[in-house]
Amino acid sequence: MLRFIIKRLVFAIPTLFAVSIIAFIIIQLPPGDYLTTLMADWASQGGAVEAGTVAAMRERYGLDQPIYFQYYKWIAGILTRGDFGISFELGRPVTELIWNRLGFSLLLSVLTLCFVWAIAIPIGILSAVRQYSISDYTATFLAFFFLAIPDFLMALSAMYIMSAWFGQSVGGLFSPAYVDAPWSFGKLTDFARHVWLPVIVIGLGSLAALVRIMRANLLDELSRPYVTTARAKGMSEFELLIRYPVRLALNPLISTLGWILPAVISGEIIVSVVMSLPTTGPLLLRALLAQDMYLAGSLILLISVLTIIGTLVSDILLAITDPRIRFQ
Amino acid sequence: MTKTLNPSGDTILKVEDLRTYFPTRTGVFKAVDGVSFELQRGKTLCVVGESGSGKSVTARSILQIVDKPGQIEGGSILLTRADGSKTDLARLDPRGRDIRGIRGKEIAMIFQEPMSSLSPVHRIGTQIGETLRIHFGIRGNEQRARVLELLKQVEIPRPETAIDRYTFEFSGGMRQRVMIAMALACNPSVLIADEPTTALDVTTQAEILDLIKKLQQSHGMAVLFITHDMGVVAEIADEVLVMYRGKVMEKGPVDQIFHAPQDDYTRRLIGSVVKLEKKAEVRVRRAEMPTETPPLLEVKNLSLTFASGLKAVDDVSLAVRPGETLGIVGESGSGKTTMGRCLLRIYDPQSGTIDYRRTDGRTLDIRTADNATLKDIRREVRMIFQDPVGSLSPRKTVGQIIAEPLKLAGMKGSERDDRVAHLMRQVGLEPAWRERYPHAFSGGQRQRIGIARAIAVNPRLIVADEATSALDVSLRSQMLDLMMQLQDEMGLSYVFISHDMSVIRYMCDRVAVMYRGRIVEAGETDRVVNDPSHDYTRALLSAIPHPDPRSRRIHNRFRYEPAVKRAQFQPMDKS
Repeated sequence: MLRFIIKRLVFAIPTLFAVSIIAFIIIQLPPGDYLTTLMADWASQGGAVEAGTVAAMRERYGLDQPIYFQYYKWIAGILTRGDFGISFELGRPVTELIWNRLGFSLLLSVLTLCFVWAIAIPIGILSAVRQYSISDYTATFLAFFFLAIPDFLMALSAMYIMSAWFGQSVGGLFSPAYVDAPWSFGKLTDFARHVWLPVIVIGLGSLAALVRIMRANLLDELSRPYVTTARAKGMSEFELLIRYPVRLALNPLISTLGWILPAVISGEIIVSVVMSLPTTGPLLLRALLAQDMYLAGSLILLISVLTIIGTLVSDILLAITDPRIRFQ
Repeated sequence: MTKTLNPSGDTILKVEDLRTYFPTRTGVFKAVDGVSFELQRGKTLCVVGESGSGKSVTARSILQIVDKPGQIEGGSILLTRADGSKTDLARLDPRGRDIRGIRGKEIAMIFQEPMSSLSPVHRIGTQIGETLRIHFGIRGNEQRARVLELLKQVEIPRPETAIDRYTFEFSGGMRQRVMIAMALACNPSVLIADEPTTALDVTTQAEILDLIKKLQQSHGMAVLFITHDMGVVAEIADEVLVMYRGKVMEKGPVDQIFHAPQDDYTRRLIGSVVKLEKKAEVRVRRAEMPTETPPLLEVKNLSLTFASGLKAVDDVSLAVRPGETLGIVGESGSGKTTMGRCLLRIYDPQSGTIDYRRTDGRTLDIRTADNATLKDIRREVRMIFQDPVGSLSPRKTVGQIIAEPLKLAGMKGSERDDRVAHLMRQVGLEPAWRERYPHAFSGGQRQRIGIARAIAVNPRLIVADEATSALDVSLRSQMLDLMMQLQDEMGLSYVFISHDMSVIRYMCDRVAVMYRGRIVEAGETDRVVNDPSHDYTRALLSAIPHPDPRSRRIHNRFRYEPAVKRAQFQPMDKS
């Protein structure tokens, strides 16, 4: 088991390396760099900039050097000093800016995953056990309906409904009074009152896929001979369902964690912008627009790391729940 | 533990006019149509019939575990307990508490495929102990102690470690023992066994049959044994029920069924088994094969070791002469299939030679042949597979499937169509069916399609891997007859791989017996069958059920104990 985990961890290293290169290249793809954006800003405000100033700044930021050297400087900083570079736009070290937000992103993703699983599994079971019934069709229809609605539209509608009809404070993860306050019981309840809406909005988009997977898995398992065996033992239908086919149908569902996590994270980025959540989403969007490459690159890298960790966790979970994988 | 009261003779279960129907879109399918029988304490009733005869549905109806949309339409299933109380199982709600109290406790069942009939992710101890928890609320250490005792009863070695293992760590026979232990947990008065040995090797089958007999005697159970194998019936039955298309064709004591059958269908069933008891007529009549002709295929010292370290083929040497059939017989895991695949280089053996004689008389080593030559040779040496479902693409019509090798050989247009029609006629299929898809054909017809595909490009050698194992006994001899007829017409040679000694005896000229990757004995089939020189061959032969209840033999069969005790607990070797 330990060897399995170590092997997986070792495999994660080249993946991360590849991701970091791709992230860096993608950021460099749009024409120009941070300074072009900055110049355009200044020009639109009526200020003229001398050519010498631009060149000096370019040298100061290291933007005059070839791209592989810039990459080397960045990655070496991360590996040796944990230094993710400096945000051009905000003038502060990237590490200072992101840790807090990354924490909220992670928390939001985990909460969303729990929510989606908690909803998808029972609905999937119901759909499979009552295949082709009204409840099956209704669940399937709703799941696909939410899949079809874009995240941002759902976020906007949810915010409108909650504030216009229920008078709730929406947007953000805290009421204004608690934003800068230290953690307390009051802040926690306030957080709980705010967090459920983004969790539902992000989660509903991924619901359909999981419901369908659970339904298909379970339908496969329901007709297996071991179900008949268990029935022939005299087990009650409900205990039978939970103990055997559902238990086995969960295994493939666990492996979906690997790809459902990236879906949740990317959904979270868009929703966070709309709902102005203090997560990495809005920061990443701004960094990309401003071509603030160290900030954007670091965010993409860290989000990828989270995804890879998620995949690793799902692999390990799968090995724990399925002895056939463990004994290979 | 043993029920001393009336050790045998009294009726425990009385089934009368049982009807189980499956409503379908096109009408009602009567899977069980008016079946009546009685089960007596300590006696074995065998229900026999071909696939689709409704024997399995009959068994499942008793426990009300018929798969959807099947339903008991009428009749009664009267269970009489030791205290004299009676219950009609057919009246009970299939999901209700009453029938659940009977399942596993008073009537227990074991199934055909012990691998898929047990959960792969639960430990066997848990799966056996569950029955105790459901019916008696026995948990924890008491449950474990009871499970250990059960594992001992079914003779599973080292029960203390076995109890915490998973099904895939056991061999087929051991898994079936686990199933039996599960069924025995609550001391049922009736045991229903649904083809429990069909998926097993003959020697393992004999062991399981022995075990069931022994436990039946010690527990005083009535046994309902479902099988398609008349040989097994003759070995174990007291009473026999012959079923065909949901109806009882004949019912009676085993001796009467075999020696004075009243019904034509029963006679046909017995006939198809007895036919396989000896060499095929066409082979007996055929003139002696010339022995001096140079062999078509000569294998010398062939060895293949898998990456896992398993020596699947170990120093195998054999020869196939033109026009003859060489049988390779052995149990699962003996390496016979791997060896067959080496002949076509599906696997790459590490050492040895496979000398193949081309039409121009030159020999060529297949083991070292390059890809272009291999492609050529694979046109002359072809393969027929065991699974007639899995080896035909479901998305191609039968015509396309048979035309595939012709297309690869460059044949086009109407010439190819004519050839396909000719091939279909040759294997006994209507050329008009060429536009149909494989699922529209029965198992036997699908195997004919496989044969047509194999002979399409006029091969010289066919490697048939368990080509008849998935078929009912009555179809088996038909298929073998067809293969022999084609052999005589086309001058084919066969390498016929099978675990079934009777099939080998029926059609093979010579036979090689494989055991753990090695050939332990080889020679003329008549000589090997009648006068085996190796103990393993003897054990294999004596484990074959004999279709005559007057001379039962598997209970006192010859057992082969190799010097190294069989490691029954090794995790299965993945090849």
